[in-house]
Amino acid sequence: MDTHAHDRRRFLALGAALAAAPVLSACGAGFGGDDDRSDGSAADDVTGSFDWKREKGATVKALLNKHPYTDALIADLKAFTEQTGIKVEYDVFPEDNYFDKLTVDLSSGRASYDVFMLGAYMVWQYGPPGWLEDLGPWMRNSSATGAEWDQADFFPNLLQADQWSLKAGAPLGQGGQYALPWGWETNVVAYNTEVFKKLGLQPAETFEELRELAGVIKDKAPGAGFDGMYGIAVRGSRSWATIHPGFMTMYARNGLHDFTVSGEKLTPAMNTPEAIAFTEDWAGMVKRGGPPSWTSYTWYQCSSDLGAKKAGMLFDADTAAYFQAVEGASPASGKIAFHPGPKGPGGSLATNMWIWSLGMNAKSRKKSASWLFLQWATGKEHLRRSAITHNHIDPVRKSVAADAAYKDKMRHLPGFIETFETVVDQTKIQFTPQAQFFDATTSWAAALQEIYGGKGAKSVLNGLAGDLAGKVG
Amino acid sequence: MRLALRPYFLIVPALLLTCGILYPFGLGLYYTLFDFSASKPQPDMVRFENYRTVFTQDSFWNSAWVTVLYAVGAAAVETVLGVAVALLLHRSSRVGRVLEKILILPLMIAPVIAAIIWKLMLQPSVGVVNHLLRPVGLGGVQWTDTPTGALLSSIAVDVWVYTPFVAILALAGLRSLPTSPFEAAAVDGARWWYTFRRLTLPMLWPYVLVAVIFRFMDSLKVFDIIYALTEGGPGDSTMVLQIRAYLEAIRFQRYSFGISYTIVLWAVVYLAAMILVRHLGKIQRKAAEAK
Repeated sequence: MDTHAHDRRRFLALGAALAAAPVLSACGAGFGGDDDRSDGSAADDVTGSFDWKREKGATVKALLNKHPYTDALIADLKAFTEQTGIKVEYDVFPEDNYFDKLTVDLSSGRASYDVFMLGAYMVWQYGPPGWLEDLGPWMRNSSATGAEWDQADFFPNLLQADQWSLKAGAPLGQGGQYALPWGWETNVVAYNTEVFKKLGLQPAETFEELRELAGVIKDKAPGAGFDGMYGIAVRGSRSWATIHPGFMTMYARNGLHDFTVSGEKLTPAMNTPEAIAFTEDWAGMVKRGGPPSWTSYTWYQCSSDLGAKKAGMLFDADTAAYFQAVEGASPASGKIAFHPGPKGPGGSLATNMWIWSLGMNAKSRKKSASWLFLQWATGKEHLRRSAITHNHIDPVRKSVAADAAYKDKMRHLPGFIETFETVVDQTKIQFTPQAQFFDATTSWAAALQEIYGGKGAKSVLNGLAGDLAGKVG
Repeated sequence: MRLALRPYFLIVPALLLTCGILYPFGLGLYYTLFDFSASKPQPDMVRFENYRTVFTQDSFWNSAWVTVLYAVGAAAVETVLGVAVALLLHRSSRVGRVLEKILILPLMIAPVIAAIIWKLMLQPSVGVVNHLLRPVGLGGVQWTDTPTGALLSSIAVDVWVYTPFVAILALAGLRSLPTSPFEAAAVDGARWWYTFRRLTLPMLWPYVLVAVIFRFMDSLKVFDIIYALTEGGPGDSTMVLQIRAYLEAIRFQRYSFGISYTIVLWAVVYLAAMILVRHLGKIQRKAAEAK
């Protein structure tokens, strides 16, 4: 009997120790961060003369977003494998899930993917935790980078957009190069030439005209043979992506800012009297001439409405209109024209942009091979082929933008080249770089929805600014 | 000695399973005591600061209110409809058998897919719902564009998916009831409503309550339907606690803060479950006495 009791006590003690072990190990293991990062870059290990075949036989794993640019890349991968002997395996996810997948994957600290697509805004989120490889040392190492890659050929504002010092509020173009521009989009107005011609309309030169135009199209287009057409397609879902295209472009053209920066302190500026007035006007425009069910609108719906002749205008990425404008792509193809959009007071054409960039996982075990892939994917040859034979438009390289074959391809789209050339130098990221970007812009989109729903702009934006001040400042 | 240890070895699988459940839970609880986020991978201990912040945020109380509204609304409508459908199917056995098979179709669709289907159907300009309502002058309803509409639409999708679950449970209950009390009532000339109120419902109540418990718990934890339908909008009108937690922990990468939300939700669900299960026990005893 004694022995039995003794055994039970020993067993319980052992059981308790076993149960506690994972908890204790969890405490000891900390939070998944590790200290194996060194200051030296793996790029320093690459020496000798540059050789595309250096990593022959390696396999690089890529995570890609479903996009026409991605289709162009995949279609050309054979050329990369022939040039380098490196195989590329890839997974493609739709945009709704893509960034969640990438975020979770990077935060896990594993090297599931060596390279991936990301936007410049993601650098602000992924850079500070050390998930992104600084590509600067790779670019500067002539043993790792071929002379023909030609860094000076990139539009400088695009290369700078992926460069940051990781300090909140610090301007872009300084610090590490955490991604490379690969394809981009500038935000302009595209419009249906048929309805404009029939109603005798001209593209808006001011924001006031744009709001008026949106209402006129919604009121008059259905009676003029455009059944169910509304004025202007803009995004409205409860997402950061609602803020950055048309809204932020027009906001910036009005000389408005998301935050004011003083040293390292950021103060929300979405509630200045001018910002409140602008936001009210934007919501008013959407109510008067925007899409029904606006609060669920992403770029997919905006783009397809323009293509389906349901929207008279689109204020979004030029690519969103381009994919509908190409021959045979939609009922509206051949009837879509491009315009830089309304100017701000003083004629400002400040434009916000989105850059599809390519980055490297800081945990990748195949950095040399990954760099060869990034170098090839952002190189002149591949980008020229993609722009001419596929739909990888809005070139990140000056040489591709100036290429005669590219210009010939784009010339049949009314106003495309002129619009691109008008806004390209004034297009940059108009947001203040900071790690809470996604929270701030998602909350901003929610605020916009509330104002659209009838709440007072002043109180909603004051609430937003107060909430963000605690998180960002 | 060997014989004496045998019972303990038999509980090893259960012990391992318990550890497998408790480990992530305990780890999550532990993380809430820190300010762990992507921007702070080596965080400081902040003790209960995350909970304090959660409870002092207006957005939390809004989410809590929306969550309760959703759970109560969905569970109530599903219960009433589910019992009504079960009663109808129970009365007409041949048609009922065919309808039963059709009835379980929504349960075979993943809720997120159901929400996407409904999102398309509720689309104001091209959705089939407004198309059907157009002849009666209701073709312009903005189903998910207004705060009230978005919440009601989300509840409606939940009802569409899960009412069959309640109906099937209630139907199983109806078929297991003894027939003699009903035969006696019929002989006495009792009306349908009287029989339902005095006999059917008291005896059926334990089955209904099981369905209520399941549906209420699940509705408190809803994520997929609302996220696919409205993403928590417009504004914060359908921002239930689960979506708020997801945004905080995954989208905005404030891990500790996001987990704090889920721990609070867990406590609420746990308390609600305890109260309901205790109530179920009492009901079951009463029903047994009635039988």
